[in-house]
Amino acid sequence: MRKVAVIGVGMIKVDHHWKESIRSLFTKAAINALEDAGNPDIDALYVGNMSAGQFNKQENLAPMLADALGLESKPSLRVEEGCSSGSAALYMALKDVASGMHDFVLVGGVEKMMDTATNDATFIISTVTDQEYEAFTGLSLAGINAMVMRLYMNKFGVKRESFAKFVVQMHENASKNPYAQFPFKISLDKALNSAPVAEPIHLMDCAPIGDGAAALVICPAEKAKDFTSDQVDIIGAWKASDTFLFHMRKDFLSMKATIEASRNAYEMANITPEDVDVAEVHDSFSIAGILAIEDLGFARKGEGWIAVEEGLISPDGETPVNPSGGLKARGHPIGATGIYQAAEIVLQLRGDAGKRQVPDARIGITHNTSGFGTSAIVHVFKAE
Amino acid sequence: MSPSNLWREIPQRYRLEAAFCPKCLTTYFPPRELCTECGSRELEKKKLPTRGKLVTYTVIHTPPKGFELYAPYIVGLIKLEDGTHLTAQITDADPDKLDLDVDVEAVIRKVKENGRDGPIYYGYKFRPILNANGAPERKC
Repeated sequence: MRKVAVIGVGMIKVDHHWKESIRSLFTKAAINALEDAGNPDIDALYVGNMSAGQFNKQENLAPMLADALGLESKPSLRVEEGCSSGSAALYMALKDVASGMHDFVLVGGVEKMMDTATNDATFIISTVTDQEYEAFTGLSLAGINAMVMRLYMNKFGVKRESFAKFVVQMHENASKNPYAQFPFKISLDKALNSAPVAEPIHLMDCAPIGDGAAALVICPAEKAKDFTSDQVDIIGAWKASDTFLFHMRKDFLSMKATIEASRNAYEMANITPEDVDVAEVHDSFSIAGILAIEDLGFARKGEGWIAVEEGLISPDGETPVNPSGGLKARGHPIGATGIYQAAEIVLQLRGDAGKRQVPDARIGITHNTSGFGTSAIVHVFKAE
Repeated sequence: MSPSNLWREIPQRYRLEAAFCPKCLTTYFPPRELCTECGSRELEKKKLPTRGKLVTYTVIHTPPKGFELYAPYIVGLIKLEDGTHLTAQITDADPDKLDLDVDVEAVIRKVKENGRDGPIYYGYKFRPILNANGAPERKC
């Protein structure tokens, strides 16, 4: 396998983009990435997208977006893996370049969610769960996370305040991120006292819905030098899955997919969790963020909330988590999220993250899950 | 959802029919075609017990489309007497009096409607088993 590098990143601020279509949103992010990379000729396109069919009544996405970029004569593929579609697209693009089949590959993610009403969006998101035995009961994705949060609070004696502190940290991080949907700080009181969504989860525990697109240009590491002096290599990647139905899990308080994906990705990269200088993790709900901190190996089981309270995951802490503000405050345009995470890590490793730059970042990871940990994808990045 | 999709799930939804692996004694709800524990492809039909206890639960206030009329409602993770887990709505319960580990039993209830002309969906829900004082039982 060839070593693969990222030579360009592009992001659009996550927002209500009333004036943008799914096509224009993606194209603008792709242009940003191409310009950042120095406009190499692109050999193939991968697009991560969860549900243009439901959100926008538009399928057959890859040729549509390839055409918009003048890449209609090149191979283009859409990759769907629920909420981790963005990372799934990167996973496939990485293998494409590593295999030697293509050299310069554009990989992006897009989700245009704001054209639908909230109850429609909640339903569409719940289609990542089992339709007959979870969604049928009226259970939402927030509901599964809420059941886990209640169990976690009960088992480890944790109060909602501890989860709210994670939310406050994410907003503080996002306040320095120009791409964030919610670039402002919030008080602990506000994080705690919002409308209930699926108790014990309240609105401020949830990632928002929003429109967004992000893109990367990747190529063989040996060709990267011609385009950039700030090369970032992808040195590990793995995807793992778990039982599709949450009630079939043997452990309700961990995401086995995260444990397996990170263990294999760390092994491939020849690192341990202690080597990670910065991480972008899948905090679709505050409980999911806490579990990610534990399952990725940054804290022991039942102690992720302590890592938050002691500042271990803050930008100047031992392992900064989500300097972007995470899904919670940067935003979670579903199929684009994994690419936003990768773009953030690349900027951090290049030292280009502006006011949100974490100190001395050499190795960074992204962690993107689907459903409640039905799958997890971890990528490991390293500054050359 | 369509009438055929409603119809084919009736054994599970009305009678709690599961699959059972006689080789490694694992139960699957909903039923599966093969045992993912031991690899056996010869699974048997098994009727699940109708009693169990509540492992955890949530009170849904922001429902997915189709459940707006019922919110707020409770959905729980239940461990049945034989150790099988399933997900179900908890009915006839006051969310403020509910707690982890309360004993629950299955009942058949309406789950939702499917537009003006579509079929009405029925299926299992679970309700707390009350003691003589009308409080939820909790015999751990």
